[in-house]
Amino acid sequence: MTKSEMLRMYEQMLRIREFENQVFELYKQGLMPGLAHLYIGEEAVAVGACAALNENDYIVSTHRGHGHLIARGAETKPMMAEILGKKTGYCKGKGGSMHIVAYDKGILGANGIVGAGIPIATGAGYKSKLKGTKQVTLSFFGDAACNQGTFHESLNMAAVWKLPVVYIIENNLYGISVNINRVTAVEDLSVRAKGYGMPGVTIDGNNVLQVYETVRKAVTRARKDEGPTLIECKTYRWKGHHVGDPATEYRSRDEENEWKAKCPIKTFESYLLKNSIAEEDELEEIKNSIINEIQKAVQFAKESPYPEPEEAFEDLFA
Amino acid sequence: MKEITYADAICEALDEEMAKDENVILLGEDVGIIGGNFKTSVGLRDKYGEWRVKDTPISENSFVGIGIGCAFTGLRPVVELMFADFLAISMDQVANQAAKLRYMSGGQVKVPLTIRMPIGGGRSSAAQHSQSLQAWVAHIPGLKVVLPSTAAEAKGLLKTAIADDNPVIFMEHKMEYNKKYLVPKEEYTIPFGQANIVHEGEDLTIAATSNLVIKSKEAAQELDKEGIKVEVIDLRTLVPLDKETIINSVKKTGRLLIVDEGYLNFGISGEIALSIMNDVFYYLDAPIMRLGTASVPLPFSPALEFSVIPDTKKIYGKVKEIVG
Repeated sequence: MTKSEMLRMYEQMLRIREFENQVFELYKQGLMPGLAHLYIGEEAVAVGACAALNENDYIVSTHRGHGHLIARGAETKPMMAEILGKKTGYCKGKGGSMHIVAYDKGILGANGIVGAGIPIATGAGYKSKLKGTKQVTLSFFGDAACNQGTFHESLNMAAVWKLPVVYIIENNLYGISVNINRVTAVEDLSVRAKGYGMPGVTIDGNNVLQVYETVRKAVTRARKDEGPTLIECKTYRWKGHHVGDPATEYRSRDEENEWKAKCPIKTFESYLLKNSIAEEDELEEIKNSIINEIQKAVQFAKESPYPEPEEAFEDLFA
Repeated sequence: MKEITYADAICEALDEEMAKDENVILLGEDVGIIGGNFKTSVGLRDKYGEWRVKDTPISENSFVGIGIGCAFTGLRPVVELMFADFLAISMDQVANQAAKLRYMSGGQVKVPLTIRMPIGGGRSSAAQHSQSLQAWVAHIPGLKVVLPSTAAEAKGLLKTAIADDNPVIFMEHKMEYNKKYLVPKEEYTIPFGQANIVHEGEDLTIAATSNLVIKSKEAAQELDKEGIKVEVIDLRTLVPLDKETIINSVKKTGRLLIVDEGYLNFGISGEIALSIMNDVFYYLDAPIMRLGTASVPLPFSPALEFSVIPDTKKIYGKVKEIVG
């Protein structure tokens, strides 16, 4: 991996972090309708995974989707505008935080139903297989989605048909308030892969280089028509389930601090400096440009008009 | 014209569209090697290969979702649910995904997906294989809903469904599959949203769906003999609904009977009646009436089953009751 590729990953993680920080601010200021599920703390998963893709590959995201979208190259201005319900948003204000689609980037949608994106991603894989396009689909979902029927059904079909799909579990330990250990008996969710006849692996989801390397291998395998892979990335959701959840009732501050000490961005920053891949002022410059970019995205979103009421009746049928 | 079964007509529509567009694929339980539980895709796997005619595992929710993923990325999948009752298993992908993805994306994407399924009682299939669940899907914005009557109707409407860029729920009546009908020899399609008057009359209008169109026509022919002239409308599609044809007919006849095999309670007939009320109220000579399936699970024994679903005799009786 070249220096510029590594700096690009660093930049993307920062972009997600700053974007999410500003989404939280907008929520606290009462400028955001509804809610949003923040990706802070999990940046290495989306960034490492999407760095392993080609331009014409697909991703399918989740309700906690801002990170995947940014990592896949979605623009922050129309994303922020969508989150504020504006006409200039990716979905013209019809989707909101949970449903952003950026079809031109191969982003087949975030999804408000836990586990519902898994078969859709599998279908994109079916198309690639049928047409021989060599496109690979990344299917992102959380630990809780592994207990949905769609997980079982889709992984089974992908394995038996050798579909070019990489299934990425973001195990952030919680489905809303419930710790995964309280509802699932296995320690590593990747062991389930064996039951479907596909390789499964559990990795440190806060280590962007490890995520990249693991997903790259799985993507190469998928592209060679050797079938799907299940990758479990152990990570942590720093904020509550959504912006309005203080996460005080179901987990301890000690646990949160333990994970914050393993911040994926700080870890990667140390790696870059320690191995003399980048200088501090170089990284500082990237930080400043990101802060500036997200500020502009916020301003764009705030200044954009709301859709007209009659637009509610558009876009139902093609 | 040629005489073929309803199942063959479905198969011909699939075959013609698959030959025309290599993006058309079939997915579903037993659609491949045996050509479908109701023999509606016989020979297609041999002709188009196993990747275009795929036997799926019994995973209704996810193979509908796979259809959505295929439609999202450029294919035109036709997914078969072996029975409409299995909608209950796949409903998240149908109602929360297929129906909403285009709208939620602000019109960025298309979901050209056809989901076929048999509806209806009459075969002693009991409560989990006999339901007519058109109200479930017609209720959800974003789905088109088609209920063909005869084989010729099924073929022309299915070709339109496959070519449509939206999710279409295509409901076939299982009692029709083995019946023979006259079907045009040349290629044709039937547009959505255009109801079809299959029997003209001045005394009463019947608006019917699926094979109850055929039974309504039988009743109308019987009533002809008694001098009661019934107009029978084949609604063809519930979404879009051709209200204009119903309204114009009721303005002429002053009486309306709506006949549909779905459960009567909270079903489509109540909705149709009220949605045209503003336009027909002052033309009515009698209250709008309806026939449907009684609100019990479909019972197994023929002695019980036929007592709760509409048929020709019940339609005849209801018309007599309204005309007085």
